[in-house]
Amino acid sequence: MNIWIAIGLTVLGCYAVKLAGLLVPVGALERPLVRRLAALLPVALLAALTAQQTFSDGQALVLDARAAGLAAAAVALILRAPFLLVVGAAVVVTAGVRALGG
Amino acid sequence: MTSAGSGLTLLQTCALSLLVFTGASQFALVGALAAGGGPFTAAAGAFFLGVRNAFYGLRLSQLLALPRAVRPFAAQWVIDETAAVSLAQPTRRSARIGFLVTGLSLYILWNLTTLLGALGAEAIGDTDAWGLDAAGPAVFLALLAPMLRTGTERTVAGLAVLLGLGLLPVLPAGVPVLVAALAAPVVLWARGRRGASRGDLGEGDR
Repeated sequence: MNIWIAIGLTVLGCYAVKLAGLLVPVGALERPLVRRLAALLPVALLAALTAQQTFSDGQALVLDARAAGLAAAAVALILRAPFLLVVGAAVVVTAGVRALGG
Repeated sequence: MTSAGSGLTLLQTCALSLLVFTGASQFALVGALAAGGGPFTAAAGAFFLGVRNAFYGLRLSQLLALPRAVRPFAAQWVIDETAAVSLAQPTRRSARIGFLVTGLSLYILWNLTTLLGALGAEAIGDTDAWGLDAAGPAVFLALLAPMLRTGTERTVAGLAVLLGLGLLPVLPAGVPVLVAALAAPVVLWARGRRGASRGDLGEGDR
């Protein structure tokens, strides 16, 4: 049930901000500071999420096969690999390191 | 996709893609729930990631000049990719076509791959053994990488990583990510002060 509550809130919230952008009069959100903040918020969130999902198990910090997988994804990104290849590299390397007992 | 490994059912996974339809928010929600976060903290993180779509909408509403009645339907397709394609078009007509084609094809593809991914994950069983738990962070990294253009973005990302990891053991699940979001205003404020003291406010801006 909790999961459905979370899904419902996310659906409403994400749709509301999309619609708000189309309906709000031009100029209301066009202040430079607001725009800069809106561009930087996803950077902060994505960085924190990436780190947490790589280096944590519940509330403990850990270093395991996922770190190798993320490193592989980073290399793929630097080589300008397409999206699916980046994710694929992370999955394959993580599974490989785990299979080797990492 | 990865959500089947986080305790979501097939129906819940597909509902996310059909109704939320903004990838980063979906992954964030699933990740926060998997980590044991409450529904409200999980949804808050997903919501903040979706806020950028409002700014795409602002630019698009001028560009596409959609009739009011169409806007509630068009809104669902206001995402990174449709904004990028539409804003790159030279005329209003081609921008509208670009928005429609990109929106429709992505919506169909995204939901089909979600269904296949969820079915596949159910068939596999233990997703961790196949390294699928690394897919979430890899997706985030792939979304993040193109945003790290200037020093400001890199500083924000670095500070957010420190906050997110440092606070993880001490705060309830889901909350550290929200605190890490504060890296954005903090870095902006610090840059603004530094720029103001030197007398050039435009420093570091794109």
